Amino acid sequence: MKPAAFDFIRAGNLSEALDALGQYGSDARIIAGGQSLMPMLNMRLAKPAVLIDVMGIPGLDAVRREGDTIVISAGVRQAALMQRPNLASELPLLAAALPWLGHYQTRTRGTVCGSAAHADPSAEIPLCLVALDGEVRLRSRKRSRRVKAGDFFVGMMVTDKADDELIEAVTFPVSKPGSGHAFKEVARRHGDFAIVGCAALVTPDAIHLAVAGVADKPQRRSFPLLDGSALSDALNAFAWDLDARDDYHATARLRRDLVRSLGRDTIKEALSCRT
Amino acid sequence: MSHLSAATRHRVAFTLNGRPVSLEAEPRLLASDALRHGLGATGTHVGCEHGVCGACTIQIDGVPARACLTLAVQLEGRKVRTVEGLGPAADRLSVLQASFRRHHALQCGFCTAGILVSLDAFLHEQPHPSEEELRIVVGGHLCRCTGYTPIIRATLEAAEQLRSDPSLPDSSHV
Amino acid sequence: MVAGLKVAVENWPMAVERVRYVGEPVAIVVAQDRYLAEDALDAIEIDYAPLACVVDPIASLASDAPVLHENAGANLVSDRRFRYGDPEAAFGAAAHSVEVSIAYPRNTGAPMETFGVVAEYEPHEDAYEILANFQGPFSIHAVMARCLKVSGNRLRLRMPPESGGSFGVKQGVAPYAVMIGVAARVAGAPVKWIEDRLEHLSAAVAATNRVTTLKAAVTKEGRITALDWDQVEDCGAYPRAPEPATLYRMHGNMTGAYDIRNLAIRNRVVLTNKAPTGLVRGFGGPQVYYALERLMQRIAVELELDPLAVIRANLIQGGAFPYRTASGAFYDSGDYAKAVDVAVADGRLASLERRRDEARAAGRRYGIGFAAAVEPSVSNMGYITTVLTAEERKKAGPKNGAQATATVSLDPVGSVSVHVASVPQGQGHRTVLAQVVADVFGLSPAAIKVVADLDTGKDAWSIASGNYSSRFAAAVAGTAHLAATRLRDKLAAIAASQLDVSPGQIGFAGGAIFATGNRAKTLPFGRVAALSHWSPALLPDGVDQTIRETAFWAPPQLAAPTESDEVNSSLCHGFIFDMAGVEVDVETGKVRIDRYVTMHDCGRVLHPAMVDGQIRGGFAQALGASFYEELAYADDGAFLTGTFADYLLPTSTETPDIEILHIETPSPFTPLGAKGVGEGNCMSTPVCLANAVADALGVAELNLPLTPARIAALIASPEPALPAANRDRPASLGTVKPGDRTLRGEGMAMVAATPEAIWSMLLDADQLASIIPGCHGVKKLSETHFKTDVTLGVGPVKGRYKAEIKLSDLDPPKAATLSGSVSGALGTGGGSGRVKLAPGEGGVTVISYTYEAAVGGKVAAIGGRLLDGAAKAIIGQFFAALARKAAPESKRTGFFARLFGRQT
Ligand code: FES
Ligand code: FES
Repeated sequence: MKPAAFDFIRAGNLSEALDALGQYGSDARIIAGGQSLMPMLNMRLAKPAVLIDVMGIPGLDAVRREGDTIVISAGVRQAALMQRPNLASELPLLAAALPWLGHYQTRTRGTVCGSAAHADPSAEIPLCLVALDGEVRLRSRKRSRRVKAGDFFVGMMVTDKADDELIEAVTFPVSKPGSGHAFKEVARRHGDFAIVGCAALVTPDAIHLAVAGVADKPQRRSFPLLDGSALSDALNAFAWDLDARDDYHATARLRRDLVRSLGRDTIKEALSCRT
Repeated sequence: MSHLSAATRHRVAFTLNGRPVSLEAEPRLLASDALRHGLGATGTHVGCEHGVCGACTIQIDGVPARACLTLAVQLEGRKVRTVEGLGPAADRLSVLQASFRRHHALQCGFCTAGILVSLDAFLHEQPHPSEEELRIVVGGHLCRCTGYTPIIRATLEAAEQLRSDPSLPDSSHV
Repeated sequence: MVAGLKVAVENWPMAVERVRYVGEPVAIVVAQDRYLAEDALDAIEIDYAPLACVVDPIASLASDAPVLHENAGANLVSDRRFRYGDPEAAFGAAAHSVEVSIAYPRNTGAPMETFGVVAEYEPHEDAYEILANFQGPFSIHAVMARCLKVSGNRLRLRMPPESGGSFGVKQGVAPYAVMIGVAARVAGAPVKWIEDRLEHLSAAVAATNRVTTLKAAVTKEGRITALDWDQVEDCGAYPRAPEPATLYRMHGNMTGAYDIRNLAIRNRVVLTNKAPTGLVRGFGGPQVYYALERLMQRIAVELELDPLAVIRANLIQGGAFPYRTASGAFYDSGDYAKAVDVAVADGRLASLERRRDEARAAGRRYGIGFAAAVEPSVSNMGYITTVLTAEERKKAGPKNGAQATATVSLDPVGSVSVHVASVPQGQGHRTVLAQVVADVFGLSPAAIKVVADLDTGKDAWSIASGNYSSRFAAAVAGTAHLAATRLRDKLAAIAASQLDVSPGQIGFAGGAIFATGNRAKTLPFGRVAALSHWSPALLPDGVDQTIRETAFWAPPQLAAPTESDEVNSSLCHGFIFDMAGVEVDVETGKVRIDRYVTMHDCGRVLHPAMVDGQIRGGFAQALGASFYEELAYADDGAFLTGTFADYLLPTSTETPDIEILHIETPSPFTPLGAKGVGEGNCMSTPVCLANAVADALGVAELNLPLTPARIAALIASPEPALPAANRDRPASLGTVKPGDRTLRGEGMAMVAATPEAIWSMLLDADQLASIIPGCHGVKKLSETHFKTDVTLGVGPVKGRYKAEIKLSDLDPPKAATLSGSVSGALGTGGGSGRVKLAPGEGGVTVISYTYEAAVGGKVAAIGGRLLDGAAKAIIGQFFAALARKAAPESKRTGFFARLFGRQT
């Protein structure tokens, strides 16, 4: 397990990174924390000709609040976000989900945006982005654009990002008064990719439930404030719509069961912790 | 911007356990191989090369990192610590290491270097760890020999000792 | 590589003409470093012609199963029946007959350190020097030498003093050591190979998977009068030495801890298209006890008895030792009933039962499981010959015993070194040896230097040497004790002559040798110990030298199998009794271990902390076998668990603390009274946990690993139906059977072109070139056969492949079958699909398709999670391109091209 050969570009600033991306396009991959990309390089699943390291770009490690939005730049490591003092009040969902993301030893390196870029359908960051209806800010040499999380994730490790684009930041709306959040996941072991992950956001008039690990991308569904059998029916419909499949770690049936049961538990918890 | 081409080796310089070191590395050279083969620092072990087993865990600027998921060129200018740098001297053990020995927290020792490096960093962050916190941190490592309990016990005792006597050789960060 | 079986199977260390399992070496690249070598591997193109394969051992027995080794004629390479006592009569007379059927999975020891070999060849001597983290048994040395076509003295095998764990598995480095030796000869230079994790998981060593049916004849009180075993052992693609040892290692112990005099056994060995098997901690024990102890629980359930009472009623009685089992094992010592009593009391079974009752009252699923197991240790080198008939054994010559060796030496300053042929892998042998020898000489353990590396060219060893079958404490430490004691007796004679007392009066303590009762007469240990170096002339009569003493020890109890196939397969027999309380979460299918108690009788405990470490480590591995670990294969032979993200080892968050209890009944057959303890929990724990889960769920049949999906399936109630509103979607394509990794799907596309236009595109090489995703030009081999190079991928995973496409069952312009195959560095894929074209309204063609595809090779082993998504994406791209191509103006005309697909 050794990577194939590649050039390594240390970008000193954003425009250098964008220039390199523009030049090499699909032959290049951005490396930030490397926690998703490096295993693929080592196994030679991915063989990019060029790696562009963005961790040396000044200012890219900032988490900012812009009004009611938290903006997390490309270089922000997962561990750094966890240490943000107000995280539990600003982004309670992230505060709940981040400890489930990989391990202590990988969160120190892995970045929030890197996890979004990798677009693993079981991963926590894409799930939270979709649950909270966050945005991805993309930038290329020629343009900047913002894409809603629900549109950004296209399929298994496939996103709407063009080859010459860089994820400059991901943004999450700050938790609003009267809302409740909860995150739960079931994995084979602690720290593994989820068999099913659920993230719930409850607002005064709606329930939003996002599910990871079932479809080929995280999916969100919104319902009115249902409970009892109406909620069960809604969850059952959602479970079937996600088109679960069997894989080595779990069956489609278990996944649907978990959407129904874990989904309900997650919603219940979100309801109970409404602010 | 620097562009390191695949075909050639490039000088990479960093601090290893307090001493400046450098080696010639292709961009694709893994940090684990750079340490073991490039610099002969074989204390860092390699058990999977895909980031799961934790045997290769080192500290980069004080935080734990998988050396197998790090490129040698990413170490440029960094402060790297490995298991070789944990003890106060080559022939002395840190408090944590000594506690591992007392508690038989290692059998084959293959996983041990990575676990020590992780826990060393974690105990600096959290001097009052609970058993559960430690189980989660050690959960980022695979040990096939011990069943983990002795590792947890050894760490709880070492944390206690470090708290009660700050002058002990705890492998203060370099 | 030659096996113990007498079958016509060519047993090569790497593929010759035919590849029989995923991970079988096909090519060796020697380069300056592994990076370059992997570059070269990527550049090698292999044209595989797919053959039918079989991965299931029962399917492999079928008369129409594809045969792995044509010379052998069939996949069944050994079929032996054994009969002890009168099982037929016992079954005839029994009040009840209870049966269990199990399929024990494949798993492995997965040491954290992989294989490593450095080989050198000396052409002038025609000799190999190979350094490998091999751990014996050194019977394999003979196999390796023969493989390299040199005499044994021209293969110098060296083993390093430290090794990163083995659990039996490092024995499997042998074929690789041979290959690297050959590579060194060919390269004319030393060659080093460090195995990577993918290589290890796919092709190092697996424990055998086994299909077992076990029947018991039972009285109405629950007393077992006979057992009838039917075992089908799957050794993978080659019966590699020392297989089929996994099947025969337990041969004397097939009645476990129970006093059962009537026994029938049928043992079959089959080959399948999976990696070869070999030594893995537990070695045959987990497979046997999973059946036997599940059976004990089933007897209790079916006869409505207390499971513990059934165990107790059948245990061998305390006064019966040494006890000869029906199949010939000679149990050295034990008091099983007492061990159970102590475990029940000190493990607080009563409180466990209370917890169960409370949990059940609250509607939770809580169960208690038990397991009793006899842990054999110190293997009889002759047990494997039980696979042969008595006739065949006679021809082959006798095999028995277990020769152990140890050397203790004294240097010119009187310091003590110990050397054993055992090769520790982290079990703390050095610590134990230092203590054992220090005690003999009255020194502190720190004063003893234990040398643990081994060199077959220089050191004393035997075919039984090595680190396996838990032989260390019982055999190796005892032999070191023997050597040390001999030296001590000589030193005592020297000291006696110098102090003018009789040797019987000499004592050893605190680094001194003295006359007991007269402390004035004392000599420093070092002075006496060094005498043989400095002034041999002063040695008293009868003392030749005290420089080095090598002891050999072979227990007489390990005789060859008898005419009637009785065999004392091991020297020592420890006892384990485990009990567990577990709670099953019905929603997630996950199991929480509430309490785990393990009682051990391993004879005399030499070093409590080391024994503790063995038990905890064994338990953790068994926990993996119970819930997480399986070396999984798809029906088409694809290997699915090539990384630690798919082959799941328990971590500290999954591994609970356990309660360890001991009683000691010293073995009368070993020098120190010790027995092995390293493997017991690998045998007892999986079935104890399974029994607890079975108790919690009230189910009769369950197989390992007990994954959430398996457990959920065991208790699943009918699923809430697909809501009516969703039923207009394509129907589900039926349940997929387990092991079937075929990707199936169907979909539909509407294209603004006539069926004829689309038809002509499918048969046109240039058009195809622009439709096939990532195509680098199409070569037409015939009207319906095309060859191409494609770049395929999803997200960052990309690779270039050679592809072939064939069209068949043409029904122009309505339907065609497209079949294709791709192969490249990441693996192979193949599939076929039926495409139908039907005219729709307004000049539109409705293209509908169904497909089946399967992916194998590296990408299946490491990227399994990716595959479904990838196949779907690529097939989607194909039809999207077809739609674009067929109706390029569709955008302008506002035409919609709709694509949807469904995969199951
Ligand atoms: S070798 Fe780096 S995590 Fe296993
Ligand atoms: S001590 Fe051997 S792997 Fe942990």
